[in-house]
Amino acid sequence: MTMDLERALRAGAGFDAPVPEVWPAAEAAGLLDVAYATLDSPVGELLLAATPRGLVCVGYDGEDALSRLAARVSPRVLSAPRKLDPVRRELDEYFAGRRRRFDFQLDWALARGEFGRRVLKATAQVPFGSVASYRSVAEAAGSPRAVRAAGNALGGNPLPIVVPCHRIVRTGGALGGYTGGLERKLKLLALEGAL
Amino acid sequence: MPLTVSHGRGRVRSIAVSLPPFQALLDAHGRDVHRFLVATVGRVDADDCFQETWLAALRAYPRLRDTSNLRAWVMKVAHSKAMDHLRARQRAPVAVAEVFEGAAVDARRDLDTPDGVWERVAELPSKQRAAVALRFLVDAGYPEIAAAMETSEDAARRNVHEGLKRLRKELA
Repeated sequence: MTMDLERALRAGAGFDAPVPEVWPAAEAAGLLDVAYATLDSPVGELLLAATPRGLVCVGYDGEDALSRLAARVSPRVLSAPRKLDPVRRELDEYFAGRRRRFDFQLDWALARGEFGRRVLKATAQVPFGSVASYRSVAEAAGSPRAVRAAGNALGGNPLPIVVPCHRIVRTGGALGGYTGGLERKLKLLALEGAL
Repeated sequence: MPLTVSHGRGRVRSIAVSLPPFQALLDAHGRDVHRFLVATVGRVDADDCFQETWLAALRAYPRLRDTSNLRAWVMKVAHSKAMDHLRARQRAPVAVAEVFEGAAVDARRDLDTPDGVWERVAELPSKQRAAVALRFLVDAGYPEIAAAMETSEDAARRNVHEGLKRLRKELA
């Protein structure tokens, strides 16, 4: 009898109602610091995260990106796919070859340091389909000799694709590195007809 | 949240109290919280309590220092919301006896389980109901039940056992 009762209690029949979404109420209460969603793309699944100020992260490694956001922006991180719909739509258009620039706001919270931010902002000016050198980006960021530092800043780009660090190549024409691996860099440049 | 702790010789070291992204808690414990709330406040009110629980947890989360048992922490919030809810229901301007009976009947109707056991749990006193739900629906051990209900482990054990005793008597 004891075991039967406990077994019946454990079975807990009838309890598996759908669990309601939390993020809409969290947003209404001003507690949705970071909203995220994923997007399937030709360069793999992307993690997209936004703060109330704008898109803050595009991640090739979703789990790593979420930990970074929790540690450096806010631990109040919630999956909220609909919040990212406008961003997802623009990225889909970009991958389909129907968009050359993005119109949504950006949040630079994950950019490291003043110089790093300037490098990323300079990179954001390089237009679709063209490439620029690390040296020219360093120059545009105000430190023509800090070529290596510019490379590091791009390696830590929290907003790849959107801040097009794939368009930055070596002066001699070699590709240089890429935060998501060289294969992705090639794919993005090919998609833009820059190769 | 980096916590800055200063050591001797002017050295400052940063100790990271690393909190997982909140969604990880929701993914890992959302269903348990919901089941617990259905068992304690009934299906109709469970969704409201669920929202209140997670909003309160989200509000407090960045200041959380002890991350050793996050489920117990969330369950404590859920338990407190459920008790607030049951108290508010009792304060409703209806005769006390009616409220008790009414709450039990509501919860019973909501649960609608085939074997009838949880309908009986809904009639238990609130502490026994919460303890039984934590023990059997969420599979919490006595230390976790004690933490969630803010009682001693002895009291947690007692609440579960008293609840079971009563259920056995009624189902006999």
